[in-house]
Amino acid sequence: MSEKRYYQPEIETMPYEEIRALQSAKLVKQVRHIYDNVPYYRGLMEKKGVRPEDIRGIEDISKLPFLTKDDLRDQYPDGLLAVPKSECVRIQSTSGTTGRRVVAFYTQNDVDLWEDCCARAIVAVGGSKEDVCQVAYGYGLFTGGPGLNGGSHKVGCLTLPMSSGNTDRQIQFMTDLGATILCCTPSYAAYLGESLKEKGIAPEQNTLKAGIFGAEPWTEEMRRDIQRLLGIKAYDIYGLTEISGPGVAFECEEQNGMHINEDHFFAETIDPDTGESLPEGEKGELVFTCLDKDAFPMVRYRTRDICVLKREKCSCGRTHVKMCKPMGRSDDMLIIRGVNVFPSQIETVLLNEGYSPNYKIEVDRVNNTDTLDIYVELTENQFSDTVKAITAAEKSLAGAIKTMLGINPAVHLVPPKSIARSEGKAVRVTDKRKLHD
Amino acid sequence: MAIRQISVFLENHSGSLSAVTRVLAEAGADMRAMAVADTQDFGILRLIVRDTDGAIAALKAHGYLTSTNEVTAAVIPDEPGGLCHLVNILADEDVNIEYSYAFLTPEDGKACVVFRVADNDHAAKAFHNAGIGVLDADGLTILD
Repeated sequence: MSEKRYYQPEIETMPYEEIRALQSAKLVKQVRHIYDNVPYYRGLMEKKGVRPEDIRGIEDISKLPFLTKDDLRDQYPDGLLAVPKSECVRIQSTSGTTGRRVVAFYTQNDVDLWEDCCARAIVAVGGSKEDVCQVAYGYGLFTGGPGLNGGSHKVGCLTLPMSSGNTDRQIQFMTDLGATILCCTPSYAAYLGESLKEKGIAPEQNTLKAGIFGAEPWTEEMRRDIQRLLGIKAYDIYGLTEISGPGVAFECEEQNGMHINEDHFFAETIDPDTGESLPEGEKGELVFTCLDKDAFPMVRYRTRDICVLKREKCSCGRTHVKMCKPMGRSDDMLIIRGVNVFPSQIETVLLNEGYSPNYKIEVDRVNNTDTLDIYVELTENQFSDTVKAITAAEKSLAGAIKTMLGINPAVHLVPPKSIARSEGKAVRVTDKRKLHD
Repeated sequence: MAIRQISVFLENHSGSLSAVTRVLAEAGADMRAMAVADTQDFGILRLIVRDTDGAIAALKAHGYLTSTNEVTAAVIPDEPGGLCHLVNILADEDVNIEYSYAFLTPEDGKACVVFRVADNDHAAKAFHNAGIGVLDADGLTILD
């Protein structure tokens, strides 16, 4: 009666020394690949005076230059592509403007290894081919839906490709088809739980047993809420489009940190100010190297997530290093309803629409749903005597911001000089959410 | 035949009306009529004063966002059905009313109704044809 505990047991429980050896062999190959095929990264290496033959193993990784979001922006859309386009089978993309948007390319091999990672996450929460997996992450350019969908196929679950939204339909399919595993953002999971409660469906009445929730920060308190509302165990999953998507790291039955799929993604933490590598266990900015992705092989990509890595014996038997939930950001990016938002994007819209760059952003979480309020100073030529004109202007500005970000803000026009000017660096963002324990 | 109205953009919180009226008082503005429109976030104070330019200068000096526009003010007998009669005249002429406010005048038995319409000339003509008096800037004395 042994339940299958791992999707790829030989890799997931590989002794540390063997993982290091595997990583070393893959890194040497990957550095040669990117040096030969991505002129931009070759340029960065030359500038740093490092050649592919200087990288003889994973211990040499700190000799390599970083890649940042700025590099991705400079090289949009395909300057970092390392194989001919004809070898690629898919793109995924982040939200945002051309300037901030990341387009990630995948070969079939890249898709396979990404889906393997998601399959590991599903098996880790007790998933098998007997399960019905409801994927309520968005499908399309966003990596959430396609990633878990692929992982669910690999495990052999009956997959319900619901995509996000349409709560009544989610509940109907969940009930009629007996979904056992739910994949979505934690805020949507909480919302679904509340909706079930409103419909009089008690936690023990639904067929769900586990949920895989990611794409936005959440706390232990929220985990307890979701577990109680849905009568399940709730697990965290981590990922980013630049590296592949969800499944870069995932929680096991311990619910205490996420195992990083180290055979594909090498993780380090650095001091965000100096770029110095930190010893494992020290809090710093998380940096990933894709060890065997072909099309879009990020090397030492700075995630801006602040995190701690822990290598300790885990009761689940997995040997891969664990990361804690991200504890913050080393840049000003906000994650609102699962969408990455930079204040500069909002500023761009304001200037385009003829508003002053004096604004204030307030983010909060009300009933487990993120709210975004933007306060903007009205200027002389935009003010008229009618309420209608001002509310129309608010609505039109909210529409322009929605087009840019993909999420709907509440826009409030306020009198000039009513937003406090600060000396030096402007503090424009107030995040009232409690995102970290 | 229209008169000038000042609009002031205000935040909808306690004390904001007090602050703006203090500015007007200190500037010696002779206020003839006022109305406040409010929403959850903001308010618009609408004023008719004797010295429009002077009041605007004082408001601007204190950082207030202002705009001016013309409105039509009709004078009618203060009796039941008076407002209904006025509004019907505009409706018959297809003059759309953006907003309106009214007050009694010190002159016995008269009321004044201010209309914000797109075409003041059209409204004034309609009232004139119906035998209803419309105020002009000089006519503000009726409000004394």
